[in-house]
Amino acid sequence: MSPYLALLRARFRLLLHYRAAALAGIATQIGFGLILTSAFAAFYGSDQVSRQMLPLSLPNLMTYLWLGQALLGLLPWRMDGEVKAMVTSGGLAYELLRPVDLYGLWFSRAIALRTAPVLLRAIPLLILAGWLFGLSLPPSIEAAGLWTVGLAGAVALSAACTVLMSISLLWTLSGEGVQFAMPAFASFFSGHLLPLALFPDWAGRMIALLPFRGLMDTPHRLWIGTLEGAEAWGAIAHQWVWVALLVVVGRFLLSRGLTRVVIQGG
Amino acid sequence: MPQISVRHLAKAFRVTERSPGFWGTLRGLASRTTRTVRALDDVSFDLEHGELVGYIGPNGAGKSTTVKIMAGILVPDRGECVVNGRIPWKERAAHVAEIGVVFGQRTQLWWDLPVIESFELLRDIYRIPSTAYVRRRDELIAILRLEDLLDVPVRQLSLGQRMRCDLAAALLHAPTLLFLDEPTIGLDAPSKLSVREFIRRLNREQGVTVILTTHDMDDMEALCSRVMVIARGKLLSDGRLSDLRSRFGRERWLTIDLLNPDEPVRVEDFQARLVLRDGGRVRLAFDPDRVRPEQLIAALTARHAVNDLFVEHPPIEEIIAQIYQREGIAP
Repeated sequence: MSPYLALLRARFRLLLHYRAAALAGIATQIGFGLILTSAFAAFYGSDQVSRQMLPLSLPNLMTYLWLGQALLGLLPWRMDGEVKAMVTSGGLAYELLRPVDLYGLWFSRAIALRTAPVLLRAIPLLILAGWLFGLSLPPSIEAAGLWTVGLAGAVALSAACTVLMSISLLWTLSGEGVQFAMPAFASFFSGHLLPLALFPDWAGRMIALLPFRGLMDTPHRLWIGTLEGAEAWGAIAHQWVWVALLVVVGRFLLSRGLTRVVIQGG
Repeated sequence: MPQISVRHLAKAFRVTERSPGFWGTLRGLASRTTRTVRALDDVSFDLEHGELVGYIGPNGAGKSTTVKIMAGILVPDRGECVVNGRIPWKERAAHVAEIGVVFGQRTQLWWDLPVIESFELLRDIYRIPSTAYVRRRDELIAILRLEDLLDVPVRQLSLGQRMRCDLAAALLHAPTLLFLDEPTIGLDAPSKLSVREFIRRLNREQGVTVILTTHDMDDMEALCSRVMVIARGKLLSDGRLSDLRSRFGRERWLTIDLLNPDEPVRVEDFQARLVLRDGGRVRLAFDPDRVRPEQLIAALTARHAVNDLFVEHPPIEEIIAQIYQREGIAP
């Protein structure tokens, strides 16, 4: 097995052990989801709102919001705690002693970190939300297929962001600034807090340039089916262009960071 | 060609100094004072294949820095270092595939995984062909007596057990060069002995070059034919252990606990030198060539009522202090 795959698998299996955290996460996400969906339902039901003006139908919006809650863990919320502990304690020494590419190693870790908790939370949440809270299935096989492609892009994008956060540790050690900034940007500009379709046009156009919509908005709209055909592939291409860009930048920063890094401790 | 060639290696770290107190912290926001610590200052040496070299020095002397540079995980400021024909930090991945490293204070095993799964992960990471892996693994399990530990998660191992597993982990890919950074630190006596015995066999029977950093003089004595002494980033001495001992005295320390803590001891009568007197505890330094330990003990116990006694090597710091004096470096 390739070193990267072997490490990804080992890390993934370990992360699957955190079942209590997953249960707590599911409860929280259901709470948030109910608040969000009832607020939007009230807003949509108001007489002041002209239904034709709204870019997303209420059922589609419900699905969008519940997908966001189910896949919340995909967002680059936190940096890899293990990498952080390594950099601050000097365990980085052993990481550098592996005959593998460090960026590749951290990328595999990040993929495990982003997918394992989501897998634990998303499946029960999607079933519950589909059964009780108005999440609809993708309208066609094609939409479902495109969604899995978009999901893969979202995972890669999130992993690339996570690795960038890890790399920042080589400069700051605590990484707290990045740790606060990244989730704020990611949850706002990905459409997780407010679906991107509801932003004013001028803001929407700018946000569309950023990488973050690839994390949530793109896969959600692929599921709903409002993103189809050439537009769908354009959004998927947008994800991968950003992945490539973030990987190139990350690799450059990592090689710079490693020449200045001090392996802590004797 | 030597396996390791180090020339004029230098590395400095900048340490930020913080003034104490509230105002000191505020001042630190505006202007930071940094101090440069020379961890390595013009260090040169060669190492041949199959050598077993001890690398000693007090804390902060630059031992670990040297090891980390040779291992390819730290980049020096100046100087050259060639290991197995490569510059370690320039070709890190290829370099580390051929070396093994054990840091006594850390583990390279996965904390939550059973030992055997860590080994399998290492097989994948080092891309060891499966037949070679199985042969090597079984050999290491037999020599290091790991049979009963294989299914235990690493976090449940005792320090001595963990060290044996770490040694195996560092050798699965059959490196020709092994760096051991304080491998016996914190181990109990039987574990120390078994680790030492293993290192000796590895070096004698398989010709693995070993570089051992340690504080433990007994490790040195048991294993190393050659010893390099480093302090304050400079190599103070490089040669055979016997030369080092003959140059810096073959002193031993005898520590006794007197039954009566106020009893005076006339050290001159025993051809010894007083190192420490603390209540009933008396520590004498003596030269075993001039007065044999059993003679000294017999003479002492004949005159004084003794509760307890033991003989030991002076700690490395003591030898280094003597080297300092000899070389005229202010400590």
